[in-house]
Amino acid sequence: MNFEEYAAKPLLAKSGLAIPPARLVADSGAAFAAAQAIGPCVVKAQVPTGKRGKAGGIKLAATPDEAKAHAKAILGMEIGGFTVEKLLIEGQVPIARELYAAVLNDPKTRGPMVLFSTMGGMDVEEATEKDPTAMRRLPVDITKGLARDDALSLLDGLDLSGATDKIADALVALYKAYRKYDADLLEINPLVVTDNGNVVALDCKFVLDDSSAGRHQGLAEFAAAEPQTELEEAAQKAGLRYIELGGSVGVLANGAGLTMTTMDAVTHYGGEPANFLEVGGEAYTKAKDALSILLANPNLRSLLVNFCGAFARTDVMAEGVVNAWKDLDPKIPVFFTIHGTGEDEAIALVKKELGIEPFDLMDDAVRAAVAAAKEKAA
Amino acid sequence: MILRKEHKILVQGITGKQGTFWTKAMQDYGANVVGGVNPKKAGTEHLGVPVHASALDAAKAEPFDVALMFIPPMAAKAAAIDACEAGAKLLVCLTEHIPAHDVMEMHAAARASGTRIVGPNTAGLVTPGETFAGIMPAFNSNVFRPGSVGVISRSGSLGTLVSLNLTQNGMGQSVFYGVGGDPMIGTTSREALEMLDADAKTESVVLCGEIGGSAEEDAADYARTMSKPVVAFIAGRASPPGKKMGHAGAIVSGGQGDYAAKRRALEAAGVAVADVPSQLPELLSERLKAVA
Repeated sequence: MNFEEYAAKPLLAKSGLAIPPARLVADSGAAFAAAQAIGPCVVKAQVPTGKRGKAGGIKLAATPDEAKAHAKAILGMEIGGFTVEKLLIEGQVPIARELYAAVLNDPKTRGPMVLFSTMGGMDVEEATEKDPTAMRRLPVDITKGLARDDALSLLDGLDLSGATDKIADALVALYKAYRKYDADLLEINPLVVTDNGNVVALDCKFVLDDSSAGRHQGLAEFAAAEPQTELEEAAQKAGLRYIELGGSVGVLANGAGLTMTTMDAVTHYGGEPANFLEVGGEAYTKAKDALSILLANPNLRSLLVNFCGAFARTDVMAEGVVNAWKDLDPKIPVFFTIHGTGEDEAIALVKKELGIEPFDLMDDAVRAAVAAAKEKAA
Repeated sequence: MILRKEHKILVQGITGKQGTFWTKAMQDYGANVVGGVNPKKAGTEHLGVPVHASALDAAKAEPFDVALMFIPPMAAKAAAIDACEAGAKLLVCLTEHIPAHDVMEMHAAARASGTRIVGPNTAGLVTPGETFAGIMPAFNSNVFRPGSVGVISRSGSLGTLVSLNLTQNGMGQSVFYGVGGDPMIGTTSREALEMLDADAKTESVVLCGEIGGSAEEDAADYARTMSKPVVAFIAGRASPPGKKMGHAGAIVSGGQGDYAAKRRALEAAGVAVADVPSQLPELLSERLKAVA
């Protein structure tokens, strides 16, 4: 779950980091008023993607009139596939140094990792790729947390224009916020040292761990909306993960690995998958909801049902599909291949209720579904 | 460690619907289940084994080797730490959607106690013909047969399909090792590969990877050093970037974790990569012939 700057930065402030004064606005009149209150400001597009500055979504304004003009230009702009609908009007900060700081979940150490670089700003990725030593890393023992001395050790030997202590404090505050808000990633770029030696967070990227959203209910409602199709939204409401892919062969399988594999097989045999949709794990009783969503896709020409039951019982899933199929009575051909837990009952049910013989080999079912989709399209 | 028949298994959450169903299946298969945990039912018996208030209590009554968790996500951290403190050598964590910070605390507890965690979000471990721990159809002889192929998989459903493909072609399995679909797992594909390399009963390995992370690249680094043949399938070639494909760990982002890079790394290490799982048995036969 991603958070835009305006929603993420106040979390830093609550944990003791300095942020500039700012107001969120949605039209150029409000931008004018905000600039009047704040003074010389920065007009910043609020979209959940990087490279906003390079796309022209961040502009300096010395006066309210200038802020209004920039707001007019930036609102409605497309940045990284997102339309700008909100702006942050933020007080200008006299920047002496631009730094980079982040805390993230590190799969290698299976714990938190603090990152720091003196090469903050727009090109930090390119700069640290060219010179990996420019990014310092400190694994943290999650049972102990990040102490000030740990933060100082990460900064050891760096020329930080006399702001080392304040930066160490900022890192400790950043780590606290990362823990408090169950972040997958909490990143400040740039973390700036001002002309008078203060340390201020000028931008913030916050990714909330999806599995922790339940314990941050108040926060989750401020998460940036994921760009979704209508069907993807409907699936999410039904507790299913559905991704529309644009092809014509519908895929219904259990488990993430098998579902991806089924899509791969469709592609391998010359077809194009219409979707990702898995009914495994806890969702294995939702075959009916799943099928309704699949069939609402107008591009669908054939459907491939691939169940390989481990935890998910294929008889339960097959029952859901069979019932939904009878209710919805779709006019497209369906091809089954069923193995694993409950397979005998599942296969018997499909034969009896739908008069369809499931394929013994997945590859044969995929070939048949691809051929049927092509025939239907022709 | 590879799960053996003699390993004593404690089932946390044994009295729940899934705990009951799968524990019974494990017992029928020959797994050595010595007890269960449910604080509300401590002192009772379930499926013929004693139920304890905690793993610590269970260990006092009878030492165990393996803890298997049928525990919901929000309670998983406490149960895992309990199992570690009780001295579990191996902790099989089936639970999906555990908060990531809880998972890191579980790993810290495991480091302190010397426990190996498998998962989270694993379908478990199967040693065909001997024992199993988890939610795999070990008992389905169309899928699993004793043999000499070790199977490593991030996904339970794909692991089932691949084992089925092997069995259909007369190739039984020495071990099924489900490493789990989460991004921060206790036993990586590379570590599982090292274990199977050291296992006398395993003559070759099928690695089932998927997009996201760098597990396949890391495994390739080790496969390069092996004399046992390794073949692989990586799920997700047709998956779009930037989307979480069901598993929390299955996402290509910022050029990281994409299919092509994984395939290149494996092939460069001498691992043949199948386009579809049904090609795996033949690829494996060719490799085995080449070695012989």
